[in-house]
This record gives sequence, structure tokens and C-alpha cells, in this order.
Amino acid sequence: MGQTFAQKVLARAAGLDEVAVSQIVTVRPAHLLTHDNTAAIIGKIGDDLAQYGVVSPDLSVIVLDHVTPAANEKTATGHKNVREFVAKYGIHNFYDVGEGICHQILVEKGHARPGTIIVGSDSHTCSYGALGVFSTGVDRTESAALLLTGQTWLKVPPTLRITLRGRFQPGVGAKDLVLRIIGDIGADGATYSAVEFHGDIANLSVPERFTVANMGIEMGAKVAVFPVDEQTVEYLEQVGVARGSYEPLWADADADYVRELEYDLAALEPVVAKPHTVDNVCPVGEAAGTRINQCLLGTCTNGRLNDLREAAGILKGKRISPNVRLLVLPASRAVFEAATEDGTMLTLSRAGATVLPPGCGPCLGAHQGVLAPGEACLSTANRNFKGRMGCKEAEIYLAAPATVAASALYGEITDPRKEM
Amino acid sequence: MKVWKYGDDINTDMLFPGKYTYTCSTAEEIKPHLLEDLDSEFAGKVAEGDILFAGKNFGCGSSREQPALGLKAVGVQAIVAKGFARIFYRAAINQGLLLVECAEAVDAYKDGDEVSLDPQAGQIKVGGKVLNFPKLPPEILAIREAGGLLPYTRAALKKR
Repeated sequence: MGQTFAQKVLARAAGLDEVAVSQIVTVRPAHLLTHDNTAAIIGKIGDDLAQYGVVSPDLSVIVLDHVTPAANEKTATGHKNVREFVAKYGIHNFYDVGEGICHQILVEKGHARPGTIIVGSDSHTCSYGALGVFSTGVDRTESAALLLTGQTWLKVPPTLRITLRGRFQPGVGAKDLVLRIIGDIGADGATYSAVEFHGDIANLSVPERFTVANMGIEMGAKVAVFPVDEQTVEYLEQVGVARGSYEPLWADADADYVRELEYDLAALEPVVAKPHTVDNVCPVGEAAGTRINQCLLGTCTNGRLNDLREAAGILKGKRISPNVRLLVLPASRAVFEAATEDGTMLTLSRAGATVLPPGCGPCLGAHQGVLAPGEACLSTANRNFKGRMGCKEAEIYLAAPATVAASALYGEITDPRKEM
Repeated sequence: MKVWKYGDDINTDMLFPGKYTYTCSTAEEIKPHLLEDLDSEFAGKVAEGDILFAGKNFGCGSSREQPALGLKAVGVQAIVAKGFARIFYRAAINQGLLLVECAEAVDAYKDGDEVSLDPQAGQIKVGGKVLNFPKLPPEILAIREAGGLLPYTRAALKKR
């Protein structure tokens, strides 16, 4: 019997020839990602760090992104504690306020290498599956233990196989695909499982694959992964990871899957996830006309250059509705600079957008665009849970950048194909 | 001992709102906000030994550990659900909090039923019914039995 991607990566990491589904293995991840929550993580193990130190200064990648710049004294103190920790232990992969969202930085700075294992104290750590990385989220306590020991346990997951065929129609994109999948299989449709994407992968750009892999957790998945192809190799070269300097892995043709699904990309249409679960998905037409007060373009799901350009393409020369605030958050400084150079930022600003610094912004409800009771937001983020954006009496709808841009023009949910 | 019953897809924002994630980290800071956007009575009334019942996909969403840490700290004996999201599942192990995955127990429970648990035997009694649930594999059980991942890790580091 052939082996899945997850079986192969976990076997190699554990130094075994083969592993079986449900087997528990001990692994030493290539990297541990932590962000603002590094402050709470090191706070748990102050005495242990004094006694044992960190297992390796190379293990950590630390990015301040969640509440940046600091919103209050408490978050500012957290950031300060992280900077002191980083200096004390010589942690060189540290990115301070303003560099960008941890998942974008980890990739842009060349820390995500195909065939390796990365764990992070953030649920969207699954994003690097776009580059053939086995990456998954853990909690703060496990991150603390990892800082001390460098190792953890992982259970070999069963795998779902999703085959993609064809190409997207104009106005339809990767976000619509992944929301459609979550709507079909449910928010727990891939719980404990790995998800492999097969088929016409070349029809999705690497940034589009990030959008899909990022939302693996919203179907409950442990990892959501794409094969490494020539586009991946070129993308990695652009971020300084040399061709041939890593060893990708992929599933055998006769690997065993718990479930197989197939999607015809040409048959997809723009969709919206309605409040308050990500699997509450409908075609955009069914939600059209819903009044919205705020639009959010950005986050680790859809804050890359291709996403901002797509929105700018719709908004060029137009003005958003006076009843809507359009917030734009580039995923990183590099994205911000590229979007500034090519005029995308100017287009968005002239259309009425408010540009926020690279980071997570209002996605988790801590600052920079919290909603009021009775308000609705249409967002390119990944979660629409009640209270997510800081107010439990507000409603959050999720959609692709094109849908968010088109909707900003009218102050109500709008089919982006009308604007093309 | 009180049983608190909730539905499917109870996510981490309902269990502990994200807006507090970077200002509340210790048990004392977390306790007053537990289940704040789901059940405003919970934080004030939960007591040592209480049990939570829920549907599928309990704990889905964020990797924040405050729900598991807080529920353990207020003395919740166990969470019985039809299923758990994986990061929450790990977080519970790391805090030494007992999770019982048993759809039959959730379906069998009626208001007022007596509930008792025997984690060693992997059995839960609901009303008159005795039901089995899967036990953790021994290497993972050792973490919970040590009182959570940090006590477990400290013991391992000491032995080196």
C-alpha cells in the first residue's frame, strides 16, 4: 500500500521507514512559529528558561503581528517582554511591529521549506501546506515545552484527497473554492485529518494555494497541502530558497484515502459564508442586497498583492458607498511596498479605502476596526464566529477580495461579476 | 455537580472572546470571561466537579488555550462531546483536562440525569446507561496524568 504525504513526512521526521495512520511519533519540527503570544508563552516558563535556556536559537520564528502597533499598556508590555527575550537568547528570526502577518513573513523570509514540519502557536499555521510543508497549529503550553525541548508528539492523520479540475471563471477565485469545500464537507469535515490537493494544481498560483491551505483549519484539518511543482520552486527561489536545497515529499499514487472529492473550478461561482459559522456558505446571489457597514480586505487569507490588485481592478476610478468603511491591510511590508510601487494602493485610497499597517488588524477583534452592535462586516478573513471582531451583536460575512470590493461600492453584498 | 449542555460547533470565540487573547493569560484573568459570548451565567455559577456536554466540533477555531486552561482552573471535571477540534483536543491534554468523545452519551443525556465518569475504565454513566469512550494512548495519557504538559516536560528535563 502506498503512503500519503502525511505518512511520508512524519516517517522521515521520526526516522522510521513507514508509519501507519493513528500511530504516534515524536518529531523535532524545523521551526516553531510564535507571535504576540510569545509573551504569554515565555511567561509560563520563566524559571525553566533561566535553568535550561532555549533548546536552540534557530528553532523560533517570532513575528509581532496580532495587536500591532500596541493598542494599550498591556499589549505594549507584552511586545517589550518579547524583544527582551529575543535579545537575551539570540533568536535571530525575529520580526518586529510593521513587518507583517506571521504566516506571510514565515514564507517571504524563506523559513518554510517543502517536506519539513513547522508548528506554530496559531491555528492558521496550516498555511504553508501551499509549499508542501507539514505545518499545523498548537497551543501556548505546547509552544513553551517546545522552546525547552524542541520536540513534540504527532498522531499520523488519515487523509482526504481533493482533486481540482479546470480553471476559475472571471470573478471567481481560490477563496470561493475553499469556502465551497468547507460549505460542502462542514466545519468538522476534515477534523484530525490531512487534506491533499491533487489534479490541475498548475491552474492555481502559489498565492492562491496559500488562501486554500490557510483555511484548512476551518474544515478541521491538521494540514492542508499541495504538491511542489515548478511554480513552487520558482516562488521559493524568489524568497531566497535555492532550487535543490530541500527535499519535497508527495503521496504515492496508490496511497489510501478516507474520502475523495473532486471540484470542477469552471463550475464554481462566487460564494459568501454567512454568520456565524464558516460552513454556512451560499452563492453570492442568495446573500446579495445584505446591507454592510464595513469591508475588510487583508489578513493571512487574502492580504497578498494578487488579492489587493484584484480588488483595485474593481475599484479603479470609482468611489465606495458613503455608508461603508473599507479597511485594507497588506499582509506584509513587502506586499505594501509592491502595492505602492504598482499604484494599487493609490487606486484603493482614491476609492475611499483606509489603509492600516501590515498585520492582523481587526480580524480577531482586538483593535483597528472593531464593530458596533447591529453592524455587519464583509471580510476576506477566515472566521465569522459571533464576537470574532470584538462585538457579539455584530455580523460577519466572509468572501473573496473581488466580492468584498464590489460590495464596498454599493454598501451591500454584491456579485463581483456585475463589475467586470 | 451541575451539567452544562451546549450545541454543535462551540468555537473558541464563544468559549473565550478573541478581544481578550492578549490581555488575559493567567487562570485568574481568564475565569471571569469563560463562555462569555455563549452563556453569560456560566462564569459566575460554574463549580468544581461540573461537567460540560456538547455536540460535534467542540473548540473549533483559534489555537488560543484560554478555554482549556480556564475550564481546568475552575474545576470542570470533563467535557463530554460528540467530537472535538484537534487543537482544542491537544490543549486539553496539555492542561490535564479530561475530554470524553462519546456521541451516545450526549444523545442519551436528559436534564436532571445523574452523570458519573470512570476515566481509567473509559466509561461514562448517564442516567441508567453505561457507555464506553476511547481512552488516550499510554504515551499521551502520561501527559494528562502528570497534570499537563509543563509538569511532564519538567520531569523529563530533570531526568536528563
